Amino acid sequence: MEKSWFTISVYSENNVGLLNRISGIFLKRHINIESLNVSKSEIDEVSKFTIVVNTTESWTRRIVSQIEKQVEVIKAFYHTDEETIYQESALFKIASHLLFDERQIQNIIKESNSQIVTVSRDFFVLAKSGRRHEIDQMYFELEPFGIMQFVRSGRIAVTKSEMPITSLLEKFQH
Amino acid sequence: MENTQTANKPKATAKKLRISGAEAIIHCLLAEGVDLIYGYPGGAIMPVYDELYKFSDRLNHVLTRHEQAATHAAQGYARVSGKVGVAMATSGPGATNLVTGLADAQIDSTPMVCITGQVARHLLGSDAFQETDIIGISTPVTKWNYQITRASEIPAILAKAFFIARSGRPGPVLIDITKNAQFDELDFEYTHCKGVRSYNPVPKPDADAIEKAAELINQAKKPFIVFGQGVILGHAEKQLKALVEKSGIPAAWTILGLSALDSDHPLNVGMVGMHGNYGPNVLTNECDVLIAIGMRFDDRVTGNLDSYAKQARIIHFEIDPAEIDKNVPTDVAVLGDARETLSLLLPKIRENSHSEWLGEFHQKYEEEFKQVIEKDIHPVKPGLTMGEVVAQINDASGHEAVIVTDVGQHQMVTCRYAKFKESKSNITSGGLGTMGFALPAAIGAKMGALNRQVVAVIGDGGYQMTIQELATIYQNKLAVKIVVLNNDFLGMVRQWQELFFESRYASTVMVNPDFVKIAEGYYIKARRVEKREDLAEAVSEMMASEEAYFLEVRVEKEGNVFPMIPSGASVSEIRLK
Repeated sequence: MEKSWFTISVYSENNVGLLNRISGIFLKRHINIESLNVSKSEIDEVSKFTIVVNTTESWTRRIVSQIEKQVEVIKAFYHTDEETIYQESALFKIASHLLFDERQIQNIIKESNSQIVTVSRDFFVLAKSGRRHEIDQMYFELEPFGIMQFVRSGRIAVTKSEMPITSLLEKFQH
Repeated sequence: MENTQTANKPKATAKKLRISGAEAIIHCLLAEGVDLIYGYPGGAIMPVYDELYKFSDRLNHVLTRHEQAATHAAQGYARVSGKVGVAMATSGPGATNLVTGLADAQIDSTPMVCITGQVARHLLGSDAFQETDIIGISTPVTKWNYQITRASEIPAILAKAFFIARSGRPGPVLIDITKNAQFDELDFEYTHCKGVRSYNPVPKPDADAIEKAAELINQAKKPFIVFGQGVILGHAEKQLKALVEKSGIPAAWTILGLSALDSDHPLNVGMVGMHGNYGPNVLTNECDVLIAIGMRFDDRVTGNLDSYAKQARIIHFEIDPAEIDKNVPTDVAVLGDARETLSLLLPKIRENSHSEWLGEFHQKYEEEFKQVIEKDIHPVKPGLTMGEVVAQINDASGHEAVIVTDVGQHQMVTCRYAKFKESKSNITSGGLGTMGFALPAAIGAKMGALNRQVVAVIGDGGYQMTIQELATIYQNKLAVKIVVLNNDFLGMVRQWQELFFESRYASTVMVNPDFVKIAEGYYIKARRVEKREDLAEAVSEMMASEEAYFLEVRVEKEGNVFPMIPSGASVSEIRLK
């Protein structure tokens, strides 16, 4: 079976140690986590893990079953890129004088639809949200001028279809 | 902090007691019906041991000689009684010594709660004396674990621990409790855990799936049942028997399913897997419908997956959704507790018999009998075989003993030949293959089934991994019967070396001590048998003994266990020699 990109969404209780338990499931199967994001979800006191893997669907399905089996996991899903709306965020720290010396940088900022977060005497910071390839493109364009620092977040994603967590939790209460 | 409570005052069910965390732990255990725990004291768990001292009339603590043995004893107890086994240890090395037992209980779905002491909360992360991250270490080998750092958490967390350990697919839970939480006081009130919102232990059976399963079973010409421990854990032995008898379907067992169906039942066709019986393995690749009940298609059962039951439609009765399609893709998955799903299935099953198909199993058995079984059980050559010892135990026990095995050749031979009438009678380390399991597990098995004979059959290798537990047996006056099948080799590894590594016996030769003297050193009656003519009498003497008894049987040194599916081969390529 062919490898592909899958976004795994995990709704869970917010507990110390759960991250370790979930990452261990990947470790045990020697599967790399390409990106990981943990945040609050649309439900109070429920956390959401967004994990990106590049593997076969059959492995992804088995991993999701193992994740869902964990006591503190409410529900886990996996989706293909086509089934999700997803973004990553990146920050670029660049020397301030370049903003004035290099006309091209201003063009890059405009064309890439990125924002200047802050400008100080020594550096300015650009924020860019988008698909991985858009961020990569911007990196590629800025690199010749010198990037002082660069960081990119894990993928965050919402699905086009419904994720019926609230009804699952309500069912438990009854 | 001073603790003014005394042993006879509080009751587990009493409300709002102001007590220490350590005392609360005892009340939680009592409220969960625990009257027996295995463990080993140490610095970070001393407040709890102090309470155990006060409560010794209601809660029996058995001091094993190593923490690993405490876990195996708890497992043996759990497996034979169906209750949750409890083991306790201190922080650091005490806690890390539990890891093998946790892993064993995890892979064999054994309900167990382990309680470890931990350094005080303010010392966490400071590399304090005997501090270790047991939560991090035990995460992959526990169903759930949790670190308690405040006394007030104790009742709810322990209630949750027992609920999780025993519900659904059972498993081990580790609760790590910092020393301050043991000393500090709390307002104690205990409520049993009835559910955890993120945890669905028993999936509801799907009527459609049951309907489809029944249809496939009713239409099958060569149906074949393979059952595992899920039948025992789900208390579904009666339903399994009813299904087998009504449908007339031959049924084989995995090593952990052994004893769920009477060994002498006419439709019991034996063991599947690497050293299982010839018929069930070969015919796995000839059946048209394979009905798997409470088993997980372990690689030792399936051999090469690419040629496992490819011709068959597969029905999988299973409580754990993660097991569905994990190794073998199913046609019909019936999720749920085996007792419930089989009960729903039964009325839909047509009465039937498959005598011709069953005849194929009998024919294969005849072949296996001639080439393997006869030589194992009625040998004519001078050397004693493991098989004849097991047959002798069968004769002496009337198929009524609990048989505990370790790991290796003796385990395969014992599971092949031991006969059982009663469920929960076969205690062995299946998934993890833990050498050193049997002796401590037999302690737990005996304490969980005091009125039954408990016979531990162990190899000379595994025996020496936990041999110190002879002291626990003696101290607690447990009438455990211990049989060491001694071939002065790590026999199974030696067999593989012979078959696959051109007999290069790398580090499998054992120069053993005088096991009889060692047992006697622990004040345990002991005897050695070297000749066939002494065997029956020695086994009878052992079985008749009112106290613990050690029997060493010197067996042939280079005996091999057959049949055998070579590693990586298909079940139908099983070798008889």
